Amino acid sequence: MELLYASCVGVLVTCGIYLLLRARTFPVVLGLTMLSYAVNLFLFSAGRLTINKAVVLGTGADYADPLPQALVLTAIVIGFAMTAFVVILAIRGRADLGNDHVDGHLVKSNNKEQK
Amino acid sequence: MIQHIASWPVLIPMLSAILLLMPPCGKSIPIRRAVSMIMSLLTSIISLVLLVYVYQNGPIVYAIGGWQAPFGIVLVADLLSVLLVALTSFLALSVALYSSVGDDEKGSFFHPLLHFLVLGVNGAFLTGDLFNLFVFFEVLLIASYSLLMHAGDKHKTRAALQYVILNLIGSSVFLIALGILYGVLGTLNIADMSQKVSMLQGDDVFLAKIGGLLLLVVFALKGALLPLHLWLPNTYASAMPVVAALFAIMTKVGVYAMLRVYTVIFGENAGLLNHMAQPFLWGLAIATIAIGAIGVLAAQDLRKLTANLVVVSVGTLVALVAIQHVSATAALLYYLVHSTLICAALFLIADLISHQRGKVADRLAPGRGVGQPILLGACFIIAALAVVGMPPLSGFIGKIWILKTTLGSERALVFWPVYLIASFALLVALSRAGTSLFWERKHQDRDHLEVDNAKPLQVIAVIGLLACSPLMVIFAGPITEYMIAAATQLHDISSGINTVLKGGL
Repeated sequence: MELLYASCVGVLVTCGIYLLLRARTFPVVLGLTMLSYAVNLFLFSAGRLTINKAVVLGTGADYADPLPQALVLTAIVIGFAMTAFVVILAIRGRADLGNDHVDGHLVKSNNKEQK
Repeated sequence: MIQHIASWPVLIPMLSAILLLMPPCGKSIPIRRAVSMIMSLLTSIISLVLLVYVYQNGPIVYAIGGWQAPFGIVLVADLLSVLLVALTSFLALSVALYSSVGDDEKGSFFHPLLHFLVLGVNGAFLTGDLFNLFVFFEVLLIASYSLLMHAGDKHKTRAALQYVILNLIGSSVFLIALGILYGVLGTLNIADMSQKVSMLQGDDVFLAKIGGLLLLVVFALKGALLPLHLWLPNTYASAMPVVAALFAIMTKVGVYAMLRVYTVIFGENAGLLNHMAQPFLWGLAIATIAIGAIGVLAAQDLRKLTANLVVVSVGTLVALVAIQHVSATAALLYYLVHSTLICAALFLIADLISHQRGKVADRLAPGRGVGQPILLGACFIIAALAVVGMPPLSGFIGKIWILKTTLGSERALVFWPVYLIASFALLVALSRAGTSLFWERKHQDRDHLEVDNAKPLQVIAVIGLLACSPLMVIFAGPITEYMIAAATQLHDISSGINTVLKGGL
């Protein structure tokens, strides 16, 4: 289970970083989303992966660590809000700058592609 | 009852931001401005009361919701955090005053966002928990994203897009670092972490080191340290000057976080991870000073010049963080207060100048003279003298103190030349800027042109910020005593741990 989980996180981070390095806003936003999914999974595993443990209720001696769950919840909410913001900003940038390059101007080779 | 005051610098800005969105303030501009100014004043007064209380009675540990320290989240109001809270509140008050003559109506929701930003910054200074620090970082960042877009145009959109994306990547790295540290240490309370980090053994040491250094990447991004400083000049120069003045505190949040984490957690008592980040911090800080000074020399307009001054001040501050000694930390605090206020004042002066010079704005090129040469010239020369560190203003004391703390170690061999040459570059750049802004004129009769005079509120805000510089010289005695006490308290790690873990409300 650990191997599968770790490779999931790893693949997500790799894809995220690859997409972040693109120069257009849409891939960058996708990359950010993937990176935040990877981060959420990673945070969750910080409390160690366990199966069939109780939640922290009552007086059970054996329970799953509740803190990473709380952290992940917070991270998801914040990540959602930030993604929404960056999407709106990207659309605004597309409208204001006339293209979706992160620097606001197209490189020559990109121009040719468009033609 | 008095214990609850530790949470007020966070709660009052939140309350005022919400109030400002409600009907009477949301509709009428005069009411909104009045409420915003009154609430900023209230925040400043509360912060000052908190500062005096903590100075006399020792640190307050405020357990939110009554959950004790390692389990719940605590706010820790010690001398260091209350000083920075007071600084933030005062800066916000000046910005609220300055913006209330027109800048706030160039976009929507300026005042609520201003208070949300103060909420985030004050929270980041007060919190005693790393995850809570992350949350407050996000609060202040989302407020800053929107403020940056205030009165938006093309340049702002581009700068904001890059700034937002960089900071979102920074947040992801922050979370990964927190995950690693929690996985290794089993806690995110700063005091508890510093206790547990010394007991690490085997592979856990390396994991904690990775986590700690990832945190360094994040703080370097927020604080604009060398390889990650590239966003700053563009962002600050394209934001409205009044917003940029407020942003002068934001790089200091990054510096504060470095100071806290690398002194308390990975500091003297960290066992195998003793002073882990020091070599990185020292080298990068020196390089940041150099590159900032080059940026100052190369700047084409006053706002970009000031933005590069912020980079130089960050470099100086981080160099002092790297020394990790009580006297260095005390000098850091003095210089931090001074540089924040003066850089903010310079942004506001740049705004006043650019309004009066017509199309040339604040570019360092010959153009129309300013309408009020005596007032603006005097403000500019005071700010310039203070920022370069010439006597008799606060920059001089800060500079001497910084040079004195580095004297006597081999560090001085590197630090002194770089720092002094950078100061000289600043002097050259600022005198050139002053000359071309005030003296080089195209032959135009300015009486025929409309002059956009500075409004009284704007002048009050600028003079209020500038007046702190001579005041910091006149009251240098008590202020340095306070700084030394704050630094001693920060470096006394074991008693800090005791206060936080056992002194909860």
